[in-house]
Amino acid sequence: MAKHATPLLDQLESGPWPSFVSDLKQEAANRAKNPNNVEFQVAQDCVEDLLGILELSFKHGMTHWKHGGIVGVFGYGGGVIGRYCDQPEKFPGVAHFHTMRVAQPGGKYYTTEFLKKLCDLWEFRGSGVTNMHGSTGDIIFIGTSTPQLEEIFYELTHTFNQDLGGSGSNLRTPADCIGSSRCEYSCYDTQAICYDLTQEYQDELHRPAFPYKFKFKFDGCPNCCVASIARADISFVGNWKDDIKIDQEAVAGYIGGEFPANAGDHNGRDWGKFDIEKEVIGLCPTQCMWMDSGKLKIDNKECTRCMHCINVMPRALHIGDDRGCSMLVGAKAPILDGAQMGSLLVPFIKVEEPYDEIKEVIEGIWDWWMEEGKNRERLGELIKRQGFQKLLEATNIKPMAQHVQEPRHNPYIFWKEDEVDGGWDRDINAFRKDHLR
Amino acid sequence: MEYEEAKKLIVEQLTKKLKTKSKFYFNDLSKILEMKPREAKKIVNKLVEEKVLEYWSSGSTSMYGMPGTGKQAAAEHEEKE
Ligand code: SF4
Ligand code: SF4
Repeated sequence: MAKHATPLLDQLESGPWPSFVSDLKQEAANRAKNPNNVEFQVAQDCVEDLLGILELSFKHGMTHWKHGGIVGVFGYGGGVIGRYCDQPEKFPGVAHFHTMRVAQPGGKYYTTEFLKKLCDLWEFRGSGVTNMHGSTGDIIFIGTSTPQLEEIFYELTHTFNQDLGGSGSNLRTPADCIGSSRCEYSCYDTQAICYDLTQEYQDELHRPAFPYKFKFKFDGCPNCCVASIARADISFVGNWKDDIKIDQEAVAGYIGGEFPANAGDHNGRDWGKFDIEKEVIGLCPTQCMWMDSGKLKIDNKECTRCMHCINVMPRALHIGDDRGCSMLVGAKAPILDGAQMGSLLVPFIKVEEPYDEIKEVIEGIWDWWMEEGKNRERLGELIKRQGFQKLLEATNIKPMAQHVQEPRHNPYIFWKEDEVDGGWDRDINAFRKDHLR
Repeated sequence: MEYEEAKKLIVEQLTKKLKTKSKFYFNDLSKILEMKPREAKKIVNKLVEEKVLEYWSSGSTSMYGMPGTGKQAAAEHEEKE
């Protein structure tokens, strides 16, 4: 028998999708039964109380969680988020129910053994409820009490060799796609740079001194599997400078039906014969492809690297050899000013250890944002408020065609003194020679 | 600015403002110190280490306060007993 009646939550389970309510009920039942004889360090029935308080929130139409708190582990300003409920008497199991963010491994690779051990730790010292993964990428542990925090942290860092992630006005846990470890589209080693920058910016990750959150995300190619372009303050999107490599024989193979389009991804239905004109050339957003006596041609300087043709015919087309990444800045979720996608700041940069060139750009951005950003202002909002040009000045990057979004609609040009020959000062006597008073 | 001097200044200024608020953004602190954020950060980190300041986090934003001040701290201490 459940501890609290939850008719509203029960209804959520009736839909067609897997339900988090069912998951919570399963965990509640498991804790009640405790088949492994775990010595629970937080209330055994905390998941029951979690369901109870959620039901009450639905009933009241408002949350029963208070906002934030001072808890954390020593020396860290992020990674732990204090959560307290405002109905501790009714739901003592979730009176404090703090969240911990655990840095996810690069590319989210882990062994099942590692996962099981993490879950064991969390069952023992927390609620057992996890979120794999939070939208920043972290492994999220949902619900523990204050005395458990240091214990979990010690265990994570000493036994698991795993750190807490970022939260609050910090650099958030950098996230990457699987990159060249498994994906032939990857233009750089996403995991190598993700790891390097995570180590380099430990202080920024753990000690909050930014105006607000800041995210790095690494996508090996413009397919953007970690959606960096939509979510990261700095997105690193793999790119190449030279030409898409074409294997004309394989192109003929696709046309002849020898290879399934999209590596067979759409095999669930018969879509008819592959039509390269309709499915590839006609869908190229910049119309830079054509067939010339049975050969596929690409005008590479017009290609925007959308990846469409490569995705459809991976055996025939391949990313170029001169590889690196593009850096985009200022993407964010809707909270203020609406959602924003990243704007291109660096069209192409080599991604090579020790990444000094990239770090220079990052630090220029931070210096500007830390000084000019208002409290709780994301980088994308600061760029909007002060203008992209200010960002170019701060990062010492020369304006170029790729920075231009649309033709100017403001007819005025504001020159700065150092942009004008001779500056603002003039020799009045020389001037008077030709111009009478 | 020497660390001790900075510490005195921060404690003085935050205490003065306690009537109206108990939590401060990092920017508020660097303004009090009249330092660039990166410089101020070194001092603020040390103040946290010495428990002159403590972090407060909503999850999305972080703020700083003096331990034991403000409503939130009172509420949390009640719960901890
Ligand atoms: S973003 Fe590109 S490189 Fe990374 S996993 Fe996706 S397709 Fe592969
Ligand atoms: S990557 Fe996109 S833009 Fe470039 S040639 Fe292929 S379809 Fe066209």
